[in-house]
Amino acid sequence: MSGEPLIRWDWLFAHLGPIAERVGQHLYLAAIAVSVGFAISFALAALSIRRRKLYPFVTVLATAAYTIPSFAMFAALVAITGLSVFTAEIPLVLYTIVLFVPNIVAGFDSVPWDVLDAADGMGYTPGQRWWRVELPLAVPLVVAGLRLASVSTIGLVTVSAILGDSFGGLGYYILDGYKRHFTTEILVGGLLSIGLAVIADLGFVLLQRLLTPWAARRTVGG
Amino acid sequence: MDLIGATAAWLSDPAHWQGANGIPSRLFEHVALSGGSLALATLVALPLGLWIGHTGRISWLVVTSANAWRALPSFAVIGLLVPFTTVLDANLGFTLYPTLVAMVVLAGPPILVNAYQGVADVDTDLVEAARAMGMKERQILLGVEMPIALPVLATGIRSAAVQVIATATLGSAFGFGGLGRFIVLGDANKDNGELFGGVVLVAALALTTLGLFLLLERRLVSAGLARRTAG
Repeated sequence: MSGEPLIRWDWLFAHLGPIAERVGQHLYLAAIAVSVGFAISFALAALSIRRRKLYPFVTVLATAAYTIPSFAMFAALVAITGLSVFTAEIPLVLYTIVLFVPNIVAGFDSVPWDVLDAADGMGYTPGQRWWRVELPLAVPLVVAGLRLASVSTIGLVTVSAILGDSFGGLGYYILDGYKRHFTTEILVGGLLSIGLAVIADLGFVLLQRLLTPWAARRTVGG
Repeated sequence: MDLIGATAAWLSDPAHWQGANGIPSRLFEHVALSGGSLALATLVALPLGLWIGHTGRISWLVVTSANAWRALPSFAVIGLLVPFTTVLDANLGFTLYPTLVAMVVLAGPPILVNAYQGVADVDTDLVEAARAMGMKERQILLGVEMPIALPVLATGIRSAAVQVIATATLGSAFGFGGLGRFIVLGDANKDNGELFGGVVLVAALALTTLGLFLLLERRLVSAGLARRTAG
């Protein structure tokens, strides 16, 4: 790889179209995984909150799933589901669940009892109490889960490149650049995928500011 | 259940248990790389975390950057290291170093954050008492804060170890051997027995590591602390 500039700008400018497509694929794969994972996790978390005895089972299963490397799970699924969008999405969704459920459960656990009592005393119905008191107060930890899950998913999408050229988002360029000893491709794929993760993280921080304006005010007011 | 049969057949074939491409030598590669990177990461991150926890200096940096570090996807990190490690060594820089360095990068943050958090959370009354008894700062850190923080420290090292074992598999897409090699080859040759054999071996190694660390922690943590957590 020596004797060549670190980045061949001519290659980069000649491939802006395909690069944009890969960015799109990357975001598409990550967005599906995070939204499906979030929906499943919310249901699992709600169940765990109501039936506390279930929670240890959920966490043990989640931890066990996490010890199976993403790389192995992608490859193993090819044998079962063939090469379809499910092959990429099933592992991605599973990993988001591991990150989401503890955060959502902790979010609702963090709502103080006296606040709930006060809401009951003010005559809120259970539905109103959940929507207007519990959910807003749980938002910071739920968003913390969203940040973790989206950042980790954007990273894991790159691994799906091992499934073949039609997967991987920007991970395609990392693997292809490695195989062809072409540094520019590796740098484009690697740096852009890290950039996407950072942008997603900042986006959720902003979302949390918008959803919980009182939190920022309290910090500023000291 | 053809899949289970194929996996069992592959795993039980004695031919797969010998030679440079056999399970024992791949297992050794995997464990050696994981152990090496974990040791390197601990050597850097543990003293640094303890020092930051004790002095409180640059703790803001740890808190704000810990998440950013974890955001680094290992697949991208391994790839990004290749152009730089190949300058050092054309051969090992293409096969071993990228994965090794990426695993150090992966293992560092959990060890650093837990070391910092464990020491920072020690009751200040205890530290003041130790200081009033004439203990030097070094003695306070090693004799008072570290034993109390040990469960938190150990959790950091344990989670780093399990993550490294699982993630080192990625190295096999970038020229490193290890157990991931069976997954790569099984996928390429459409040999499901080999592919799932590799998956089973990696998962077993990760779970064994988890179990060993839990056992070790139980032995290392002071009886008084263990009783307090249990009670």
